[in-house]
Amino acid sequence: MTSLPTAIERSLGLVIDLDTCVGCHACVVNCKEWNTGGYGAPLGDLDPYGDEPVGSWLNRIHTFEVTPEDAPASIVHFPKSCLHCSDAPCVTVCPTGASYKRSEDGIVLVDESMCIGCGLCAWACPYGAREMDPVENVMKKCTLCVDRIYNDNLPEEDRTPACVRTCPAGARHFGDFSDPESNVSKLVEDRGGFDLMPEMGTAPVNKYLPPRPKQATESCGASEAKPDETANATGFLGWLDRALERLG
Amino acid sequence: MNEIRHKVELSAHVSDEVRKTTCYMCACRCGVNVHIRQGEDGTPRIRYIEGNRDHPINKGVLCAKGSAGIMQHYSPARLMKPLLRTGERGSGEFKEIEWEEALTLAADWLADIRHRDPRKLAFFTGRDQSQSLTGWWAQQFGTPNFAAHGGFCSVNMAAGGIYTFGGAFWEFGSPDWDKTEYFMIFGVAEDHDSNPIKMGLGKLKARGVKIVGVNPVRTGYNAVADEWVGVTPGTDGLFILSLIHELLRLGKVDLDYLLRYTNAPWLVIDDEGAADHGLFARDENGDPLVLDREAASVVSCKNGASLKAALKGAATLPDGRVARPVFELLARKYLDPRYAPDAVEEETGVSAAQIRRIAAEIAEAAFEREVVVEQSWTDMKGERHERMIGRPVSFHAMRGISAHSNGFQTCRALHLLQILIGSIDSPGGFRFKPPYPRPVAAQPKPHGGCKPDEPLPGPHLGFLRGPEDLLLEADGTTPQRIDKAFSWDAPMSSHGLMHMVISNAHAGDPYPVDVLFMYMANMAWNSSMNSSGVMDMLTDKDENGDYRIPKIIYSDAYDSEMVAYADLVLPDTTYLERHDCISLLDRPISEPDALADAIRWPVVKPETQAEGRDVRGFQSVLLDLGARLKLPGMVDGNGEALYADYADYMVNHQRKPGVGPLAGWRGADGSEAGRGAPNPDQLQRYIDNGGFFETHVPEEARYFKHANRAWSDWAIAMGLQDGPVENVFQLYLEPLRKFQLAAEGHGERQPPDTHRKRILETFDPLPLWYPPFEGAGVDVSDYPYHAITQRPAAMYHSWGSQNAWLRQIHGANVLYVPGPVCDAAGLRDGDWAWVISHHSRIKVPVRRMEAVNGKTLWTWNAIGKRSGAWTLDDNAPEAKKGFLLNHLIHELLPPAADGYRWSNSDPITGQAAWFDLRIRIEKAEVGDNPVTLPQFPPQKDPLREPPAVVAYGKEWGEGE
Repeated sequence: MTSLPTAIERSLGLVIDLDTCVGCHACVVNCKEWNTGGYGAPLGDLDPYGDEPVGSWLNRIHTFEVTPEDAPASIVHFPKSCLHCSDAPCVTVCPTGASYKRSEDGIVLVDESMCIGCGLCAWACPYGAREMDPVENVMKKCTLCVDRIYNDNLPEEDRTPACVRTCPAGARHFGDFSDPESNVSKLVEDRGGFDLMPEMGTAPVNKYLPPRPKQATESCGASEAKPDETANATGFLGWLDRALERLG
Repeated sequence: MNEIRHKVELSAHVSDEVRKTTCYMCACRCGVNVHIRQGEDGTPRIRYIEGNRDHPINKGVLCAKGSAGIMQHYSPARLMKPLLRTGERGSGEFKEIEWEEALTLAADWLADIRHRDPRKLAFFTGRDQSQSLTGWWAQQFGTPNFAAHGGFCSVNMAAGGIYTFGGAFWEFGSPDWDKTEYFMIFGVAEDHDSNPIKMGLGKLKARGVKIVGVNPVRTGYNAVADEWVGVTPGTDGLFILSLIHELLRLGKVDLDYLLRYTNAPWLVIDDEGAADHGLFARDENGDPLVLDREAASVVSCKNGASLKAALKGAATLPDGRVARPVFELLARKYLDPRYAPDAVEEETGVSAAQIRRIAAEIAEAAFEREVVVEQSWTDMKGERHERMIGRPVSFHAMRGISAHSNGFQTCRALHLLQILIGSIDSPGGFRFKPPYPRPVAAQPKPHGGCKPDEPLPGPHLGFLRGPEDLLLEADGTTPQRIDKAFSWDAPMSSHGLMHMVISNAHAGDPYPVDVLFMYMANMAWNSSMNSSGVMDMLTDKDENGDYRIPKIIYSDAYDSEMVAYADLVLPDTTYLERHDCISLLDRPISEPDALADAIRWPVVKPETQAEGRDVRGFQSVLLDLGARLKLPGMVDGNGEALYADYADYMVNHQRKPGVGPLAGWRGADGSEAGRGAPNPDQLQRYIDNGGFFETHVPEEARYFKHANRAWSDWAIAMGLQDGPVENVFQLYLEPLRKFQLAAEGHGERQPPDTHRKRILETFDPLPLWYPPFEGAGVDVSDYPYHAITQRPAAMYHSWGSQNAWLRQIHGANVLYVPGPVCDAAGLRDGDWAWVISHHSRIKVPVRRMEAVNGKTLWTWNAIGKRSGAWTLDDNAPEAKKGFLLNHLIHELLPPAADGYRWSNSDPITGQAAWFDLRIRIEKAEVGDNPVTLPQFPPQKDPLREPPAVVAYGKEWGEGE
């Protein structure tokens, strides 16, 4: 069993805006692209051109259809990666100490040199956010791009997770949740950011912003139009005369 | 165990060098930073590709496709050497040959044709981004048979916009994302354009601006829209005209804008039966006449600022006849109760209440929330304006509304809506991107004619002004072109009809061809209607046992389905190994505030990227062939090649003095932009600047470009135009009326009698809606539903299929079926069904869905593959579980009453009417191991075995 740190200096993580995410998979693929050549073993793909290709990914998008009774059905795209939980069950379940949470910034990582590939952590994670690499048989998970965010070889503006840097819609935000003035803390405050499955007691660091309410199709709304003051009096062409007069 | 010190390399070495070029994972053309790192064997490898923050298109972001570029670049489906067919067409049996043999063979075939009858070459390119070269090459060759893929993609959108206001969406212009207050997006799934739309939606979300998605399917952009209009396919035009009805009824149109910038006041001759009935009344100079509402006299529309033109009323012309302003005709037409929301709700599937509310919201945003830019400017008439006042309602639309047989008129209707509220190039509305606006007056006419050993007199594609510009043989009816573009079948087909080329060539109608030469167009599969039929046409033989289409040359970078049908294959490079120019002469990448163009350059050399790799960029090959054929402009006086390769051409070719493919760093010292002498250092300057060139539009020229003196002056200085161009928005489109007059029997050029009724009914000079042809040609009780495709955001056409990463996201597709349709057909998730059209049937897996128009079934585009293609396993999910709707869609409509089978296209532009498809659905037997039907024998793969494992980047993981 592995212990969680007693104190966290900073709490880095993501805010994912479900109101803006169009489900385009940019974050998914850019993550794989960066990380396959980065931290630890590559993100491998078995049978990549065959009849059952299977690879490891650190971030996936799930798409749900929502069918409320009083509004048209809609689609929600839900990107999911490790939430870097404060009470991370994937860490405490690890028999070797390979799975750990960093005290400096709260990032949950797998030390691959210590990972025996037992898979207990993936079973313990209620979010399904860990994947066993099918080629290397080592546990893979989101590193919050720990090899980008402090990397002196990258321009300062690029020291952000690959998924955040690449997101075309700007639906992903990176920051320090321990700072109430940070961009991510403010977004959560302003937009009602929520924990994923809080009942699991994992205290996730990452937060999701809910989709804003959609317009109900049948509603007329407050802006039901009133014709220009004279339009109906003498029909459209009568209105036209007066409108042209006003133009001078 | 907290004492364990885990070693994490926080500042790992990323790459040895960053090379900046242009993405080609779709047509968006984003800037990318390609991180190059030495591989184990010492060769340069691609470590990582990210968006270029400085680039005008994507400003740093990159989509899923772009992020998967590594897998595209190292795909095992890459062609490696020229191939010569050894087996039967379609089998995929080839032998590798050397380039010299390949080019000699191609040149021999082509030289014979050019000398004998140049039209026997049909040269068509697909997702080609070098049409200013390929078109020029075909012009110099002398064949009238050239076009790119616009005819089966979105020519209705482009031509509808150019004819109406000198622009369109995407490359032509974009919403004013920073200032708009209301945004509607029509018929766009997750593409075209890709990143700019997502970035724009993100901006609107951040500002809380309302987004309305109009699409039968609520995925992608429509999923995040604040409001969804689940319109029935093919009825967008009716929905838009109903919005116009409401805006007119409410008096919510911008009359000042209409008077200044449109033909709303122009007088239309009202003389039923006359040869000029419905044309504009003109003075002796040819200038349209208007009615001065104060003087009550008829004067030229160019009479200056004091003119107070009428928008209604009968004017008496000098010859005593009557004429009425366009606006009056327009108002009478759309105020008709047939366009009232209550009258259209059943047809469109959009409730009257929703139509009324959206119209009211458009009116409120446009007229109650006007946007003002404090910038003075001078219009083309010399009037000074102190500020720029905008109507902040904007739109974007793409193939969903244009790929119908009523698409041209629907696109026109949408542009009419934008113009009526005064939002075209006003702050907060639609904004032109340089070099647009470019109205018909600044566009070439189409050119035909064809003489042995001579170039065509001008460019193939253009915008005809009336029947006099049709490309017909002397009999006045036979098309000059193999695709029958610019004929009575599709007069205003500004992008050609690529989807008809193989069908017509096979039928020898209007004539057979000798060589079919294609580039980057998967016509044997997902880029054709009736794919099975096309495969049969490509392999069909005559009574002598010879192929009906005698020779096929094809260039592609990958082992696509089309490769198997070629006799000679010219292997292209990947996008990271090639030169390209994203040119202002072609399809530029400008943004509203900046003129921009870009290059691709070989960030890695092909021969270093795989053993035995011997491929050449197609454009260089084309110039080589041109030199071998001694085409004018491609050889010097001694018959020697003028250009070493495409890069040489990009720098040194001049289309007219001082204007070449690239606008940046011209002049001997690179100090000039737009116009200037060739600069031998030009490509290096592009590379040093990140692969693109950008120069900003002057502040005073940023809005109202269609009427802005500062814009005109700047555009002339930049070489975008040679002089001032008059751009009066054409609410009433006179060329359409000229075709109607011909159909009524007026004029020398007369359509065949078979065509008269159709031209009269559809060539309305004011936008109209009519039911899509396929639905009108079948018994809709037999085919009660619509079936359409949506392009997924993570896959572009067929290219993504050999991409090890993207195919894990979209490796197979299902047919999404509305819940009530499932219930009626007894279908549940996991079931299989037959989908049946008037032409064919396919067997597919189904899934229930509610967030979709109740009459519409849909699937993802181009996921299904032919077994054996793209170097995938014969049993790949793409082949066994994936499918195409293309098999259901015929390139011809069901026989009409007289037996004639029209092309399944828009009658005006010839755009392929993909989305007119009507179907029914029946539950199918599943069996033990169901596969989608039809299936085809596996295509043999001329390439090596694909790897069993990809563990990309492993070589860099050691020692970190």
